[in-house]
Amino acid sequence: MIHSLFIINGSGEVFMEKHWKTVVSKSICDYFFEAQKKSANPEDVSPVIATPHHYLINICRNNLYFVAVLTNESAPLFVIEFLHRIMDVFEDYFTACTETTLKDNYVIVYELLDEMLDSGLPLVTETNTLKELIKPPNLLRKVANLVTGDSTNVSDALTSSQLSNIPWRRLGVKYANNEAYFDLIEEIDAIIDRNGTTIMGEIQGYIDCCVKLSGMPDLSLTFVNPRLLDDVSLHPCIRLKKWESEKSLSFIPPDGNFRLISYHIGSQNSISIPIYVKHNIQYREGSAGRFELTVGPKQTMGKSLEAVAIECAMPKSVLNCTLTPSQGKCTFDPVKKVLTWDIGKIETNNQNSTRLPTIRGNITLAAGQPIPEGNPTLNVRFTINQVALSGIRVQRVDMHGESYKPFKGVKYITTVKNGRFQIRT
Amino acid sequence: MSVNDRSLTTSASMNMQGFGNSSAGSNQSDEQVEPASTLSIFSLDMKKHEDIKQMLDSNKENLKLDAMRRVIGMIAKGKDAGDLFPAVVKNIVSKNMEIKKLVYVYLMRYAEEQQDLALLSIATFQRGLKDPNQLIRASALRVLSSIRVPTIVSIMMLAIRESANDMSPYVRKTAANAIAKLYALDPELKDELIVIITKLLADKTILVNGSAVQAFEHVCPDRIDLIHKNYRRLCNLLVDIDEWGQLTVLHMLTRYARTQFVDPNKTYEDDKKSFYDDNETEKNANDDEESLDKKTYIMDSDHRLLLRCTKPLLQSRNSAVVMTVAQLYYYVAPRSEIHIVAKSLIRLLRSHREIQTIVLKSITSMADKHKEIFGPFLKSFYVHSNDSSHVKYYKLEILTILANASNISTILREFHTYVLSPDKEFGAQAIHAIGRCASTIPEVTEACLNGLVGLMSKKDETIVAESVVVIKKLLQINPSQYGDIIKHIVRKVDKVTVPTARASILWLIGEYSDRISKFAPDVLRKMAKIFPDEETIVKNQILNLAAKLYVMNSKQTNLLVQYVFNLAKYDTNYDIRDKTRLLRALLFQADKCPALSKNAKKILLAPKPAPLLESIIRHHDQYTLGTLSYVIGQAATGYKDLPDFPPEPSDSSVRNVEIIPVSTSQHDSSRNPKKGTTPGGKKNTGIDENFFSDEEEDAEDASTEGPDDEEEENEEDEEEEEEEESDEDDEEQSIENKNKTNEYEQLDARSPTIVENQPQNSESSEEEEESEEDESESEESTDEDEQV
Repeated sequence: MIHSLFIINGSGEVFMEKHWKTVVSKSICDYFFEAQKKSANPEDVSPVIATPHHYLINICRNNLYFVAVLTNESAPLFVIEFLHRIMDVFEDYFTACTETTLKDNYVIVYELLDEMLDSGLPLVTETNTLKELIKPPNLLRKVANLVTGDSTNVSDALTSSQLSNIPWRRLGVKYANNEAYFDLIEEIDAIIDRNGTTIMGEIQGYIDCCVKLSGMPDLSLTFVNPRLLDDVSLHPCIRLKKWESEKSLSFIPPDGNFRLISYHIGSQNSISIPIYVKHNIQYREGSAGRFELTVGPKQTMGKSLEAVAIECAMPKSVLNCTLTPSQGKCTFDPVKKVLTWDIGKIETNNQNSTRLPTIRGNITLAAGQPIPEGNPTLNVRFTINQVALSGIRVQRVDMHGESYKPFKGVKYITTVKNGRFQIRT
Repeated sequence: MSVNDRSLTTSASMNMQGFGNSSAGSNQSDEQVEPASTLSIFSLDMKKHEDIKQMLDSNKENLKLDAMRRVIGMIAKGKDAGDLFPAVVKNIVSKNMEIKKLVYVYLMRYAEEQQDLALLSIATFQRGLKDPNQLIRASALRVLSSIRVPTIVSIMMLAIRESANDMSPYVRKTAANAIAKLYALDPELKDELIVIITKLLADKTILVNGSAVQAFEHVCPDRIDLIHKNYRRLCNLLVDIDEWGQLTVLHMLTRYARTQFVDPNKTYEDDKKSFYDDNETEKNANDDEESLDKKTYIMDSDHRLLLRCTKPLLQSRNSAVVMTVAQLYYYVAPRSEIHIVAKSLIRLLRSHREIQTIVLKSITSMADKHKEIFGPFLKSFYVHSNDSSHVKYYKLEILTILANASNISTILREFHTYVLSPDKEFGAQAIHAIGRCASTIPEVTEACLNGLVGLMSKKDETIVAESVVVIKKLLQINPSQYGDIIKHIVRKVDKVTVPTARASILWLIGEYSDRISKFAPDVLRKMAKIFPDEETIVKNQILNLAAKLYVMNSKQTNLLVQYVFNLAKYDTNYDIRDKTRLLRALLFQADKCPALSKNAKKILLAPKPAPLLESIIRHHDQYTLGTLSYVIGQAATGYKDLPDFPPEPSDSSVRNVEIIPVSTSQHDSSRNPKKGTTPGGKKNTGIDENFFSDEEEDAEDASTEGPDDEEEENEEDEEEEEEEESDEDDEEQSIENKNKTNEYEQLDARSPTIVENQPQNSESSEEEEESEEDESESEESTDEDEQV
């Protein structure tokens, strides 16, 4: 399966390699670099590259490239999913997966890779089990190690303890404060055409949990309106049977942070879009082009829009934009031709259209260039706290199996993943 | 990294070392010196190997550990640390777990290169295999099987055989993993390994099954007979296997189904009513059989079992599992049931870019074969302006495939916005897609053509060029109808500058010169003037145009054609010169080959078949969906086609299993009652009992109190009251609790106070007692439920 793995940084340097079988020379990455050079955008590199003797499967995340080398037929999705899982584990161990953190913790990285794959086949991928085998780095231990001169990454308990029978939860978890937090996050995917009609709107929701409970708690979570959830993917800890029959989530949670479920509400359901943008963009010869936007809230269930920002990729022929916003800050990157307008917070009660945030100004076109055919697309970002747009609510969370009473909290956020909310103008 | 930086660090490291072996340093340091990284750990590599050797030989654990870490750092950087082998391998006996582990890592990397020295370590592994701790046994076996030293195959064989009988399922799993490695080292051991695989396939623990199937796939994928007895159990336990194991088992089961069952679509008449609803996992097998009996085609109950047991996996968080289930349905399920995978595949489109690309490509093939299943999700394939180019391309492809008379107007509107997108290449693809829609849906051909003609008046060259090319192809399909459009295009010839577009226009003029007999010679005249400056592709078409016009209208064009041919005769491109000679012989030198010249008109203006506007993706369908070969469009090493359904089903009785009484002495096997399924069709009960049974019982062992799902009922009343209060309490409580609670709605307002004064809370302890009592009751009741 996975033969070797190369980790490459943004500037094209292979800074770590791991081989599970016979060593494959680093030069194999040249095929990847070549493919990278050919594509204008780093996003456009094909995830699967065939070379004469090997197959390269790569992922790009956080400006790091993980390139896996394969020699035999195996499902590409399997490899991609696994590479992302490796990144997830690194993120969990080092809080962020960057070149610096990986280099700082290269021994742990190597031990983890060794534990996760056994000669190219997945072995342990649950962070909870991994943490039982290999201790994550933490500041306290680093200090202690410096003082005592004793340092080891490998868990001391290893020699005595049994492996937990539930692969996702380790044994003997203890907390002074027992707490469980559930973040219900919904991301809106939408395309709105120039007339303001929603031509496509979807919601992708997640419940991300931070569970710090001692022992072996058994949680059950019920929803007020579970029928909204007809397309979900579940963490393996959830009892499938219970979900199918009662639409309640019953599970023994992993320790720490994890994603409990993610759900998808497709474009068949109608979704109320909480924001509108009025736009008037016209290109003219010279500096006579006009640009005008007005942003306002709509159907936000009484909550205000926060962290509103609009990004607009201008055509190449635009030389400059001179714009004045009534609220927030506006910048234009003349190299990338990207216009960014950070608006900030828009109060809902502020329906008076004169006080809505607007931006006005002129666009200067480069001389001699043809006037662009199509208007640019606006990428809108915003966040609404305390609301899940789909209306899904957690009814209750109950815990069994342990005698203490935990603190339980749930938080709702509606937001936009960068670039997924677009307004065509 | 600049040269300056390098030399700086070099000198820095020299200073650091200062003492001793600086003479040796000068020749070695160059290859070891790090490009100046900001990190102290990496710069440690700069020290000599000598240093590390000394540290490895020292008595202090700390020094050894430090040295081992540096060695690992070198390996991680891809630098050679092979010369340290003797010094490192000695430390395998270390008591320190981390040193030991790092030595293992080192061994797996270098043992293959230094086989003789590696043998020194074998004794340690053999000792490790006897260790009372299961983790040590497993890791010893893992490393032993990973060092790839052919001389120890017999030792490996022995170790695997023993570990396959180990008490601990974890060790047995490792043994199963080791089988494939040993097989790669020495394929002659196949027969012996198959014996072990057979044993592990029948293992009672799901932990082992996944790896056993993996070994089966590696060693003897053709020995499908080994699966028969385990088939039903594997199906029933599928949901409980870990996600990577599920992948392997799913692949294996897909192949199994294709060799053992008959094609469900062959004799089966498409029935609109899908008689298996969503909750079929919960259904009783008897029901299934009843409803099946009414049909002409009766699906084998084991075939049905497979489909039923794989369906819940569509909810997996692992995209590869979802895709593999979709694949299984695509190849194994009756046509009427494939639709259930669509929704889950659409969900994957929200995942990482790489996953999107692969899934979209697979959807392209699936949609091509079963248009209807993705029809409802049309909007999910609309393109966002920041999608990657692959994603855009596949989405466009899918939209084109899904286009039909009823949705074409929205799709065309969508395409129209794509055409104007700043991504020119994508715009061109969109125009091509419009052309394809026009050719496949006769209702809109006219509208599409008009739209494309409209695009020709755009200022952007690529748009115009692509439109011309597509219009040309469309006109070829039905030229008689669109004389006006041809005229319109011909007028454009002066304005269009993109070579492919010019070539297309010239070709059109030549081909249909009878409809525009007034323009045509004039176009040739203009072309003759600028002939030398044109691209080869355009010159080629000018020659074609000249020849065709000469055939049609030699009186008017004779001189012009001669002139063009003379120009072409001295062209730099030999293809052009060659073509000129050919045409000249054909047209002007009738005496040389009279037979041909007589038929010059027929040759040049032969009716040409209209080009098919097809996508290139179709050709990839020859490979199994979702495989590496499918994605790269060429057969990868080790690729095997999925076999076709056999004409006759195999005897289903081979899958019958007698209930084997629990005989082994292993403590864990007794935990899973009734893994073996009863003969006949009623294996469904297996799912209910076994699902999660392992984990739950283990959890009970581990925690002080057994978890109980039914407990919530007795708490319900109290909780509901409190929930009403909770809103008011919210603010107070959140201040008390130092965490970020003001963002969180508190679910259980009572709890923080209880956390604070845990022990004296009498209420809660009472409650616990109650619930404990109830626990036993409710356990009984659930058991009853499951029995039903």
